[in-house]
Amino acid sequence: MTATDEPKAPGLLDGKFSPTRPLAASGNLFAFALDVIRSLPKRPFQVREFLQQAWFVASVTIIPTALVAIPFGAVIALQLGSLTRQLGAQSFTGSASVLAVLREASPIVTALLIAGAGGSAICADLGARKIRDEIDAMEVLGIDPIQRLVVPRVLASMLVAVLLNGLVSVVGVAGGYFFNVVLQGGTPGAYLASFSALAQVEDFWSGEIKALIFGLIAGIVASYKGLRAGGGPKGVGDAVNQSVVITFLLLFAVNFVITAIYFQLVPPKGQ
Amino acid sequence: MGVAVEVEGLTKSFGSQNIWSDVTLTLPPGEISVLLGPSGTGKSVFLKSLVGLLKPEKGSIVIKDTDIVRTSEHQLYEIRKLFGVLFQDGALFGSMNLFDNIAFPLREHTKKSESEVRSIVLEKMDMVGLQGAEGKLPGEISGGMRKRAGLARALVLDPEIILFDEPDSGLDPVRVAYLNQLIVDLNAQIDATFLIVTHDIGTARTVPDNLGLLFRRNLVMFGPREQLLTSQEPVVRQFLNGRREGPIGMSEEKDVAQVEAEMAALEARGGDTHNGVGPKGASGGDAVPPQLTPTEGLPERKAERRRQERVARMLHDFDEETQRAIRASLPEDLLAQADAGAFTPTRGSGGRHWAAEPDAGPSASTATVVLPRPGGEG
Repeated sequence: MTATDEPKAPGLLDGKFSPTRPLAASGNLFAFALDVIRSLPKRPFQVREFLQQAWFVASVTIIPTALVAIPFGAVIALQLGSLTRQLGAQSFTGSASVLAVLREASPIVTALLIAGAGGSAICADLGARKIRDEIDAMEVLGIDPIQRLVVPRVLASMLVAVLLNGLVSVVGVAGGYFFNVVLQGGTPGAYLASFSALAQVEDFWSGEIKALIFGLIAGIVASYKGLRAGGGPKGVGDAVNQSVVITFLLLFAVNFVITAIYFQLVPPKGQ
Repeated sequence: MGVAVEVEGLTKSFGSQNIWSDVTLTLPPGEISVLLGPSGTGKSVFLKSLVGLLKPEKGSIVIKDTDIVRTSEHQLYEIRKLFGVLFQDGALFGSMNLFDNIAFPLREHTKKSESEVRSIVLEKMDMVGLQGAEGKLPGEISGGMRKRAGLARALVLDPEIILFDEPDSGLDPVRVAYLNQLIVDLNAQIDATFLIVTHDIGTARTVPDNLGLLFRRNLVMFGPREQLLTSQEPVVRQFLNGRREGPIGMSEEKDVAQVEAEMAALEARGGDTHNGVGPKGASGGDAVPPQLTPTEGLPERKAERRRQERVARMLHDFDEETQRAIRASLPEDLLAQADAGAFTPTRGSGGRHWAAEPDAGPSASTATVVLPRPGGEG
């Protein structure tokens, strides 16, 4: 053993404030995402696990999503109700409300719920398995946890995100209708008739594509953090916390990027 | 027959913290080995390195001509099918009942029909004494049952190497005795290579063929059980006698002067033989108790004769105490051959006491090579 191989004494900070640390962390996350994508086509596909996880993620997100979507739609309806009156464009209330819900509100609500409820549940589940050595045991039994556990979870969260986005759209539009027509005295016919004045089908598809990508990111970040949990039960708590925060940050940033691209690709109606 | 695990110059660090360095040992095929060491010396890290869950920075672990440290991820998953690992708490899948847990590797890796799976699982459950508990969830059973279920799961793929991470932790002495007997019986039945990591001195004294001790980031010693049980190495003696006097401190190493003072005080009291009984099966003195034998009715351990031949080959490498203990365990014919110098010395010993070549067996009685006596042993 040469002198350079001698184990170094632990330093004061031991690399904790190294400027390359965040880079390494994002690199690891990205590498993990690539591993997941590479494992996607591997057979046998875990149909059972996928269905179980889809049901599981749906069951922890559907009710909160619906409950969040109602006030969200209502707030948009209230804001637009007074705004359109100020501008003298009451006839566009319905259309503007649909536009706001489809384009922004429903992907954002989906993002919040898929990260906050779905992602945290996935992360906690995998983290608990990790600290109980279940993941190690699985690897030792010759089974790749990414293929067996992560891929079905990521696909399940993508599927559920797309479905949730549809749910939020419906509930949000219905909530907007209720608040505009019943509480603000708008005319039902005008509200419904103006639906397609500004909004178009592409708005719905953009929301669904956003949701699909949000589901992918939430699933990958939650699995990544869960599989790297360590240091006992506290480690799992920390992992869940970090997974939710990281997913939020990523989702809002990605949401911005996709919206910007969308406006470049799809011209708004009436131009 | 189990396969040999050859570890050479293995070094592992976490960040700047070195766990152990330059660990060299060979787990002889089909034999039971025990690895001892104070808490926090990286015994579990060693086990995880053996199955490729952790990557050591240097050295090699060769199993069936594959170096686990440097092989591809794909190869690693193939090699892992040779392993059965019993984790500390069994590491059962919490969402499945015992039957599904034990059937899991079969369902994932084989195309056996459900009835075949059922018969194999029930056979293994019977082996570890868990009949009738198929439907229980891991959360509903005791720690001892979880361990045995974990063992049954480790056994279903007929592994050639079985690793045990502290099989005795959290069990009462009677259950430990049963588990130890189970380990010896299993070895007799399947002839796999066993490695047990433990703190239990009673287990270390009676179960294994080979003993090793990790301390101060090094493998202090690894060899036939007689070598460690009769060793005069202060660390080994302290550990096997479970006493405070010696180089191992509560948290870190002690300074030399304090150790010397403690040892002098111990000698004044009459040494280890008068030190009484220590915790975890540690007893006074350095007697070599008889090894556990398989339960009546089971086949003999095939590793026993192999080991005797192996030990006879290197008999003259050891110091006198160890030789005396080994001689007591060897059959007449091997003893005669060893004394006649019929065995060529095991090449390149120094922790590695297993000759890969099956030649130069007992039949080569014409060769009378005078064995060199390496001074560094013991």
